[in-house]
Amino acid sequence: MAAAVASWLRRAWEHDLAWSFRRSPVTILAAFLTLACVGSALFAPWVAPHNPFDSATLNLTDGFTPPAWTDKGSAKYLLGTDDQGRDVLSTIMYGARISLGVGLAAVLFSATLGVSLGLLSGYLGGRLDTFIMRVADIQLSFPAILIALLIDGMTRIALPRDMHDQLAVYVLVLAIGVSGWVQYARTVRGSTLVEKNKEYVQAARVIGRGPFAIMLHHVLPNVMGPVLVIGTIHVATAIITEATLSFLGVGVPPTQPSLGTLIRIGNNFLFSGEWWITVFPGLALVVLVLSVNLLGDWLRDALNPKLR
Amino acid sequence: MKPRHLLAAALIAVCATSYAATLKWGAQNDILTLDPHSQNHATTISLLQHAYEPLVRYDKKFQVEPALAESWQPMTPTQWRFSLRKSVKFHDGSPFTADDVVFSFDRIRQPQGTMQPYVTGVNEVRKVDDHTVDFILAGPNPVFLRNLVIFHIMSKTWAAKTKSEKVQDYKSNEITFASRNANGTGAYIIKSWQPDQRIVMSANPSWWDKREGNVTEVIYTPIKADATRVAALLSGDVDLVTDLPTQDVTRLRQDPKLKVLDGAENRTIFIALDQGSTELKYADVKGKNPFKDLRVRRALNMAVDREAIKRVTMRGLSIPGGLMIAPNVHGYSEDIDRKPPFDVEGAKKLLAEAGYPNGFEFSLNCPNNRYVNDEEICQALVAMWARIGIKAKLTAEPMGPFIAKVQNFDTSAYMLGWGVATFDALYMLQALARTRTTGADGSFNFSRISDPKLDQLIDAMKIEMDQKKRDALIREALVTVRDQHYFVPLHYQLRPWAMKKNVTTVHRANDAPESRFARVD
Repeated sequence: MAAAVASWLRRAWEHDLAWSFRRSPVTILAAFLTLACVGSALFAPWVAPHNPFDSATLNLTDGFTPPAWTDKGSAKYLLGTDDQGRDVLSTIMYGARISLGVGLAAVLFSATLGVSLGLLSGYLGGRLDTFIMRVADIQLSFPAILIALLIDGMTRIALPRDMHDQLAVYVLVLAIGVSGWVQYARTVRGSTLVEKNKEYVQAARVIGRGPFAIMLHHVLPNVMGPVLVIGTIHVATAIITEATLSFLGVGVPPTQPSLGTLIRIGNNFLFSGEWWITVFPGLALVVLVLSVNLLGDWLRDALNPKLR
Repeated sequence: MKPRHLLAAALIAVCATSYAATLKWGAQNDILTLDPHSQNHATTISLLQHAYEPLVRYDKKFQVEPALAESWQPMTPTQWRFSLRKSVKFHDGSPFTADDVVFSFDRIRQPQGTMQPYVTGVNEVRKVDDHTVDFILAGPNPVFLRNLVIFHIMSKTWAAKTKSEKVQDYKSNEITFASRNANGTGAYIIKSWQPDQRIVMSANPSWWDKREGNVTEVIYTPIKADATRVAALLSGDVDLVTDLPTQDVTRLRQDPKLKVLDGAENRTIFIALDQGSTELKYADVKGKNPFKDLRVRRALNMAVDREAIKRVTMRGLSIPGGLMIAPNVHGYSEDIDRKPPFDVEGAKKLLAEAGYPNGFEFSLNCPNNRYVNDEEICQALVAMWARIGIKAKLTAEPMGPFIAKVQNFDTSAYMLGWGVATFDALYMLQALARTRTTGADGSFNFSRISDPKLDQLIDAMKIEMDQKKRDALIREALVTVRDQHYFVPLHYQLRPWAMKKNVTTVHRANDAPESRFARVD
């Protein structure tokens, strides 16, 4: 057993990807930062110094405490507190949870949608292909954020307000997911067009497998490479889109703030000098998005045979 | 032109500029309508009072002074005779007569408007001759004149000409001529209104009174976002800003180009608790209503750290209070304004005595765009009450959906701010604390407080004409409301205005700047 694990580890270590990873210090740093962000977000209830959403522990008289290293700072609150006396560091950790969760779920959703539509479009062709691709063209002529705003606005009208607040996170996933499927669909369709004429697909067809089985078991595994790359970069975009929507006030409600919501709330206090309330969530967002983006870039280069 | 004439012309031009000035005023909200009898909405009224006038108005100290009426006297306790000012003209040139008063009275009472409170208690307005009218009251009314200050007079002939006899039905999105055009007798003529962009007013050259200031043109710009509104003042785009965000006031004070005019508003911010339901609608206590228990209400009051709200949330811009009326309202007295002591342990003990040693849960509704820092205050309250074990679930939403819930009794506790238009305690007591009936009694008592003894006091002060006896009644009523903890009063709002150094104006406790007092040098 131990030997098997060791040999698996050795193979992983000697794999092309691992090799290029080891050679790029920037990527290592990015991976480390991503891990730190994801880790602190995932384990926020255990690692955060305070629970900012347990009202019983809040003390209004601690409101607007500046970061610990400044004159009036307190060691209790490393990055200071906001207008209600909530610890900024803790709210960032809890906020990153929502941001990451929404980002990942949106990517999963739009990847699933885009890959399925791309496979159908490329493999079946014909009118369906034309239809899906024209819809994609139309959607590409709008900025993604506009689509997301549109979907969010429609659900806001359709759902009563109380319900909308409860469902805000899901609505956001839907809105960001739907606004991003085109890239996946077009990439997958392109690869599928190439793959479907290859011998192994023809062989599968000859032995009588149905089109859906062929798409799922034969074509899909061979078109997933680019999807992974797009997906990684899309995580960063989705987090930014979520932050933008929340910054505009149409994202998650303040009762469960994401990084974007925190930046929006903090923005009110920028003029009056309480910069830490908005700057630190902003920095956290930058670090998170930058490191995910760097990882995505690295993955793209590492998987691209032409760059090797 | 000869040089001498040129010089004279230049001199005149220089003099003229010192007498003519434009005031650019920025605030948060746009007006809803130009129809003076349609919407009881603070911003709308503060703009319309430039163009429309009442029979009597407030002076700088909020005492009643003659406006369209020159003098008045009670014939009997229920019949008041007003002599109207002669040779007053509306902006369109038509003369102001008794017919216009009678017409406006019938118009303001139409049910689709929300301005009826300003003629409450008046049964009839009778024309005696062209410049005399009689007001017939339902009963003796000590604050009758103060009620009339927002009863704006509209021209009967103009209304007939423009088919504006009917008040605009705002709720069903009706647009009428009078909701888009104004024709009053006031100091300023409303030239144009581009919704959500600007309102332009120019001085009325044939106004009957003299403007104290030199402002001949007013440009009002609604700017929704707090930061943008402050930035507009800092960059010089506007001269005067009201609705200041509290966190920016300190910075504005330090700006050498600006000055801040401080002033208290006549408004109390408080939490109302549903005391009418036998079982609270949104709470985890079943079968009874904890808010009916004085000890619970007292505990809620004692758990509130009003000084902390003042210091942190309001940045010093509030007066923590224990009464339901602000210091500038008649009936207020410092010696009865006793705030409940801030005492967490004591509050817990009271809750335990009342049978809730572990507290309970209820929902709290708050507006998030109406009062200064309304949502932030509610969040702070949630935290304060959490410390005595009471879990308040906060729903903060815009005024529209919020007030609809309140008026449908669809809340268990809610925040409200009550401004006292008449500057007399009766206005608050009657609307908020009197047992609800169909009329003005308890018109905003959506927490269904009902105390027969209090009702007696309120009903007595409505008709008591002897000032001393009436003041004693008010005092007793205010103390009863305080000691029974019918509400959780939080504070009285301060509403500073910021302006450029060259602007002088008079602060108004109703938070409505009057351009006739303003000077721009």
